[in-house]
Amino acid sequence: MGTMVEVADVSKSYRRGDRRIPVLSGINLAIAEGDFVALMGPSGSGKSTLLNLIAGIDHPDAGAIRIGGVDITRLDESALAGWRAANVGFVFQFYNLLPVLTAFENVELPLLLTRLTKRERREHIELVLRLVDLEERKDHYPGQLSGGEQQRVAIARAVVTDPALIVADEPTGDLDRNSARGVLALLGRLNRDLGKTIILVTHDHLAAASAHAIMQLDKGELINEASNLSGRID
Amino acid sequence: MSGLFFFGLVARNLLRHRLRSALTLAGIMIAIVAFGLLRTVVDAWYAGAEATSAKRLITRNAISLIFPLPISYLQRIRQIAGVATVSYANWFAGVYIDEKNFFPQFAIEPKSYLALYPEFVLPPDALSAFLKDQGGAIAGRRVAEQYGWKVGDVVPLRGTIYPGEWRFVLRGIYTGAEPKIDETNLFFHWNYLNEEQKKQPGGRQDHVGIYIIGLQRAVEAARVSRDIDALFKNSMAETLTETEKAFQLGFVAMTEAILVVVQIVSLFVIAIILAVAANTMTMAVRERRREYATLQALGFGSRHVLGLIVGESLFLSVSGGLLGIGLTFPVAKAFAARVGTLFPIFTVSTTTVALAFGAAGLVGLAAGLFAAIGAKESIASALRDAP
Repeated sequence: MGTMVEVADVSKSYRRGDRRIPVLSGINLAIAEGDFVALMGPSGSGKSTLLNLIAGIDHPDAGAIRIGGVDITRLDESALAGWRAANVGFVFQFYNLLPVLTAFENVELPLLLTRLTKRERREHIELVLRLVDLEERKDHYPGQLSGGEQQRVAIARAVVTDPALIVADEPTGDLDRNSARGVLALLGRLNRDLGKTIILVTHDHLAAASAHAIMQLDKGELINEASNLSGRID
Repeated sequence: MSGLFFFGLVARNLLRHRLRSALTLAGIMIAIVAFGLLRTVVDAWYAGAEATSAKRLITRNAISLIFPLPISYLQRIRQIAGVATVSYANWFAGVYIDEKNFFPQFAIEPKSYLALYPEFVLPPDALSAFLKDQGGAIAGRRVAEQYGWKVGDVVPLRGTIYPGEWRFVLRGIYTGAEPKIDETNLFFHWNYLNEEQKKQPGGRQDHVGIYIIGLQRAVEAARVSRDIDALFKNSMAETLTETEKAFQLGFVAMTEAILVVVQIVSLFVIAIILAVAANTMTMAVRERRREYATLQALGFGSRHVLGLIVGESLFLSVSGGLLGIGLTFPVAKAFAARVGTLFPIFTVSTTTVALAFGAAGLVGLAAGLFAAIGAKESIASALRDAP
């Protein structure tokens, strides 16, 4: 299996007033295709920043990030947007669905950037809504869905363009335990059945247990990588 | 993003805060009505100049318009090369029942005057009756409608410049050949005025307020003007000749300060609606930071987000603008009815409509850009910090 994510000597800092606050320093990591990795660490350890860099929604100060062989740090804004649309599926803690769009329309959003016809789009959407078991609720607005259902819509949106990489930032952080288990099981199925590479940022050990490996970050540095094959949740 | 989806999203975003959108829409609509009315007031001021002909000159006393010119100048002006027709008129300034009932009244030499002003359209029988009756008068459609005059009615006027009680039999009602033609005048025979003046002490007889000169060719206006004024140089009543447009603009210039204020106020109105629209859009964009960041994370470019914000702003402003433009017409009509003959021509011009529409569009564009630029931030920070 090839390498999906390669992070080499990546550093990132933020400016606060006149001060520069380092968030990540000298990060090196590699994630194989089809892997399911959890990024853990205390608040402020830089795990979400690292996830954002890998997903191409933030830029490192130094270092290179290659995803599927493409050095995304060399892409300009427009190319990066196109790359994200084709290669990355996003799952957010607060679902980030557009409240004025139905579940169907929210899932349709990434497909609007493709050349698919309306009919082809509908087929894709119905397929992924079936996958997340929300076919019956496709015409509901986010406000009419439970948190778990909204997150499943978000997962459907993340996979509808069939990206190789799915990044999930605290996807269970806003859910009750049962809904969280359902979402984690769904992510596990996407990884196992569809071969998606998944990077999951979480505080929750239960959520991290669904990953193959756990990477620990502390104060902007990667402190260890542990295999986690025994704790998978299906 | 497909156009249909884009417009659907813009429309649904507008309906998220219905009251806020409705209030902004109402604000823009009212502001556009105010803008349209103010522009129409400015247009009304210039209406006299707009209705002028390049083939007509006005000759008046060089010292001031209030000083008359001898009627004896008539034959001498006629002999100047390039002059086709000469007529004359006196400003009467009579009061109809009450001083608030203002409308312009002129003593004219009917045949030559009406030949010079074919834009005043009179039925042939009315023209014939007017020409035959030295005590007759003709009035414009609007002034006749305002005071309920009919042909055959007697119109009493109390003279101010020419004291006394004057009574004119209405022999016809003229209409303007075009909408921009003033239909609020009352014309009567100069001979009638002159004969009455002969009976009065003070030597006002045989004098006219202005001469109106019809040119053979408009391009000769400057030369004929110079020739007329040169002819009466060093006389007791030197003349000042100018084009009819310059003559009318001279009246406008007397009130130019008011016009400047009106125009500044109309610009302030636009600035206010810009602030209102920008405020609405800024609030809307701030509330949706996370959504816009999510769209960008999904692969939508900055131009898509900019299009959504500016599209929404434009939709709101242009809708308000169109409603405002639609409302300007009945409001202007009601305003014109209210002020009566104060503004002889008070119609919303195509230019005003275009300016109002353009202003609404510009406001929408500027407010959208202002909101979008003000909210510009990285995707990561918007996703992290947005509520």
